[in-house]
Amino acid sequence: MKVRLVDIAHARSGDKGDTANVGVIALKPEWYPLLAAHLTRERVASHFRGAITGIVERFELPNLGALNFLLHGALDGGGTLSLKTDAQGKVFSTALLRLTLDVPDAEARSLGLPRAPEPA
Amino acid sequence: MTAKVVRVASGQGFWGDWLEAPRRQVEGGPVDYLMLDYLAEVTMSILQKQKERDPSMGYARDFIGAMDSVLPAVADRGVKVIANAGGVNPPACAAAVRELAAKRGASGALRIGVVTGDDLLPRLDELIDSGHPLLNMDTGAPLSTVRDRVLSANAYIGSAPIVEALARGANVVITGRSTDTALTMAPLRHEFAWGPTDWDRLAAGIVAGHILECGAQCSGGNCLYDWRNIPDLANVGYPIVEATADGAFTVTKHPGTGGRVSTQSVAEQLVYEMGDPHSYITPDVVADFTTIRLEAAGEDRVRVHGIRGREATDKLKVSIAYRAGFKAVGTLVYAWPDALEKAQLADRVLRERLDQLGLRFESVLTEFVGVSATHGALAGPAGDVPEVQLRVGVRGDDRAAVERFTREIAPLVLNGPPSVTGFAGGRPKVEELVAYWPALVDKRVVATRVEVLA
Repeated sequence: MKVRLVDIAHARSGDKGDTANVGVIALKPEWYPLLAAHLTRERVASHFRGAITGIVERFELPNLGALNFLLHGALDGGGTLSLKTDAQGKVFSTALLRLTLDVPDAEARSLGLPRAPEPA
Repeated sequence: MTAKVVRVASGQGFWGDWLEAPRRQVEGGPVDYLMLDYLAEVTMSILQKQKERDPSMGYARDFIGAMDSVLPAVADRGVKVIANAGGVNPPACAAAVRELAAKRGASGALRIGVVTGDDLLPRLDELIDSGHPLLNMDTGAPLSTVRDRVLSANAYIGSAPIVEALARGANVVITGRSTDTALTMAPLRHEFAWGPTDWDRLAAGIVAGHILECGAQCSGGNCLYDWRNIPDLANVGYPIVEATADGAFTVTKHPGTGGRVSTQSVAEQLVYEMGDPHSYITPDVVADFTTIRLEAAGEDRVRVHGIRGREATDKLKVSIAYRAGFKAVGTLVYAWPDALEKAQLADRVLRERLDQLGLRFESVLTEFVGVSATHGALAGPAGDVPEVQLRVGVRGDDRAAVERFTREIAPLVLNGPPSVTGFAGGRPKVEELVAYWPALVDKRVVATRVEVLA
């Protein structure tokens, strides 16, 4: 079953030099293990392919029901140099929430996950 | 007997934050300390330029207005103020506060602690010559490669000098480049007599500081979780930490204010600008953010506890700013129908003209605001949208080339694609760019000094 990250998590992002960080937090604590299992470093790196020039790092914060991603080379040189509207990476948060996960039906049902709407 | 509780209120999350917040924090209910954070990386270089033009400047001028608005609380009710408003000139900032107090007849009520020693700009050559190359933490290059372009250089200093100022009776403490988190941790360390190796409690103070340092961003501001239902943002309550000696604390806000303090709003702030959560490195302690426990503790109250820390490193981070060329950004707005196609054509025309002029830039970036500026290709196809803003930026070392670029935007209104508007702002302005050079320096070479002015 397709599950949109925006339906199961909230997020905030910020910058450090040319790196954007995105903290992704499960909307319900019981959804965190699913996030941790499915929202891998590789999945996030492929989501942002072409949009960042560096690697993706991933850290787990089970205490907050959260994952933290560092997106290197995301800000056109960083804060003050960047020509981007989002020079400080403030909305990489919702860019990550555009991601859709493939979750096995049984697992999705047992967790009560909302199904992604069919594309129009 | 109930345990002693110390209340630290956040009144400013950056220079430019809400002018009403400091006064509302000291008038809305009981607080012991008001913490005001004014400094971002870019701020130090701006302040350095101001100081070069006028030696009595170089601090956050907003702080004088903030002090004016909270002066009765400080003078009559014993609220203490801690601010990194000193920028690159804490003594001048202190002098301006004394002048204000004199004007308001409150001179006798203030004891101003002034913390200096973080400014390494006058010492850069001495440091480089004595074996401190200030290698760029990202690239490994020595600072000597950009030495002649350096604008400012400040070590991030910790809580110790602020604690010393409070111990010596200061009720207003003005620092330069203190870490944002030290502004909150220092009063807790002072009140509870936490020792310099009390790692877990120091780490708790740092976490409290991280939660408070961006003002309302932990109390409902910029909060994605349930954003539609966050009440009364017009009267948003800035956050307050109520701490006890064991290092546990509660995040809350004054009654009757808007916004919301919830485990979700606090969690969003905790992950903001986070690196490796196991190692949040500060001058005082390395805090482990994976140990933080959040619990809902009533309406607009979140209890935070369980925080662990470990020994600090023997280095301080140094933030160095240097001149890095020029940039300009021009915009035009294209209207339906086919707004995006018109904007795309205008972009191609503009780039062809820049080429014909032989202008070379380090970077030319085009964004289509309304279509792809924030999420790029991830946003998918836009459809026939009502309007699109074309936004083109250039960056380079040659000021004249960037200047010439700014003259190529307006002509497109009459000699480019149709249905264009939104040029009333005039020609884009050329900005000088400042780049950052993050480095580490041995702690032992940075000596902070504390002066308390009665």
